[in-house]
Amino acid sequence: MAENKTFTPLPDLPPPASTVGFVGWLRSNLFSSPANTIMTVLAAVFALWLIPPTLDWTLFSAVYSGGSEACAANPDAACWPFITKRLPQFFYGFYEETERWRVDVAAIMLAVGLVWLLIERLPYRQFVGLFMLLVYPLIAWALLYGSVFGIDFFPIVQTSLWGGFSLTLVIALTGIVISLPLGIVFALGRQSKMPIIRTICISFIEFWRGVPLITVLFMASVMLPLFLPEGVTFDQLLRALLGVALFSSAYMAEVVRGGLQAIPKGQTEGAQSLGLGYWLMMRKIILPQALKTVIPGIVNTFIGLFKDTTLVLIISLFDLLGVVQAAIADPNWSVKSVPYTGYVFVALVFWVCCFGMSQYSRYVERKLHTGHKR
Amino acid sequence: MSETATQNVKSSSMTDEVAIRLEGVNKWYGQFHVLKDINLTVKRGERIVICGPSGSGKSTMIRCINRLEEHQQGKILVDDIELTDNLKNIEAIRREVGMCFQHFNLFPHLTVLENCTLAPIWVRKMPKKEAEEIAMHYLERVKIPDQANKFPGQLSGGQQQRVAIARSLCMNPKVMLFDEPTSALDPEMIAEVLDVMIGLAESGMTMLCVTHEMGFARKVADRVIFMDAGQIVEENEPEAFFGNPQNERTQLFLSQILGH
Repeated sequence: MAENKTFTPLPDLPPPASTVGFVGWLRSNLFSSPANTIMTVLAAVFALWLIPPTLDWTLFSAVYSGGSEACAANPDAACWPFITKRLPQFFYGFYEETERWRVDVAAIMLAVGLVWLLIERLPYRQFVGLFMLLVYPLIAWALLYGSVFGIDFFPIVQTSLWGGFSLTLVIALTGIVISLPLGIVFALGRQSKMPIIRTICISFIEFWRGVPLITVLFMASVMLPLFLPEGVTFDQLLRALLGVALFSSAYMAEVVRGGLQAIPKGQTEGAQSLGLGYWLMMRKIILPQALKTVIPGIVNTFIGLFKDTTLVLIISLFDLLGVVQAAIADPNWSVKSVPYTGYVFVALVFWVCCFGMSQYSRYVERKLHTGHKR
Repeated sequence: MSETATQNVKSSSMTDEVAIRLEGVNKWYGQFHVLKDINLTVKRGERIVICGPSGSGKSTMIRCINRLEEHQQGKILVDDIELTDNLKNIEAIRREVGMCFQHFNLFPHLTVLENCTLAPIWVRKMPKKEAEEIAMHYLERVKIPDQANKFPGQLSGGQQQRVAIARSLCMNPKVMLFDEPTSALDPEMIAEVLDVMIGLAESGMTMLCVTHEMGFARKVADRVIFMDAGQIVEENEPEAFFGNPQNERTQLFLSQILGH
């Protein structure tokens, strides 16, 4: 041992040229093996078979102006005038035309509030959040219905006249806003050490999960009035809202429970060893992590709820799908392409909303990622 | 190691006041009798190392002291407060007893600084600024103030364990419990955690450590306890414990962990 050896790591070399760049990407992703090459070719053929006719039907050959006659002259393409002429109805339903500005005001407030909450750089987000959660529903009800707590602000518009996309939004947002907190409460209750609370929560969850939503809506609409004392009436829409909210709470509870169970026991012990009580521990340690873990599940439930709002058709509430269906039946528009166009339009609106939720949830997931979990 | 191990940083800090007292403590997991008639008195300022084979109940015993586990018979008094089902007592004791775990149990969604300030702010109702100053003080003491704004997932195991120690110290506890704090660490990181623990011992903290770091036991412990099958088999001062173990079971255990 005359002299000490020092350890010097070898220098880093660039990767081989064939694995980088566009050609490298093609080779490794699309043509890496015979099976992959076959799949690539099949997918290309399928896309060629599907995409051009679809674009042709919806855009290139479609009818954009005129009335039902123009559409009748070109029956093998989309009939967009049917949509544009009926657009107000698709949004407002049968809401009285002179009062529609009230829906506009409520919708604009909602849009501003939501955008404010979704963009993180804006100030006062907590206050806006509280406002949207606690005050806005009352304002919206006052605007849309015309009266809150027996005080009349505007001429009353019965909920049976509400409809279209605005009704879809009312039902979906009420469901979303109620189901998340309620679902969290039931998920926590289901894990409670107190047998009575646990039993109540399990019974609630299993009852609502075991019953189809259509049945729930039917019962809310037909059977509930039978149980109420005479003279007490309960608005048809409110009953549907309650049904949808409780139904989705049960699903939400199970999603949240999945998140709670994914949190290692060490987190509870770490929090307890610092002297945190149950509610503080849940609020600061367990729920933030549990909810983050199940964001995909939560948004999945929201999306399911959003699409299930179409089922209110069964208790004669006309949401977007209901209104469009009613419009299709109009004899003035009995053209072959009108039903297709109507349903494509509904599908497109729902898809945009659901895809938006899905994208936002992925953004939130990325933002909340804090490195590897231990 | 052997020279430093024999040098003792011993106890000027141990007093006659009782910090923790366990009287006839028994515990069962279902049918399994995990703690059998444990009697132990810990003085304020005393440093105790607990060792023993896995499944001997040593972790369970110290976890009973802050009620992460419930005992079924006997009495546990911490700071003269008895541990019962009374939630208020339990939370009062947990505020005064810090604990470090084998797997650190840091909160991965909070930064290092937030991990340290959470309990002082929300449990002790301390102003945020003051809590942050205290947190930085302890982060400096465990030698990682520069990591304060990182998330635990970005740190090495040894750094995480030091954060966990700092997090406990921020509550200004009277007693610290360590449940195998170095067992999940790579060899190079064990030393940095032990250094922090030795520093803590020198400052006069009452400590109960479940560990197999015998060098640490020799250096700082006032008493070493050996447990097997849910019982305290032998307890003694480190020199006597390692130099002249009385019980056959202790001799066997020591020969196995020191023998190679």
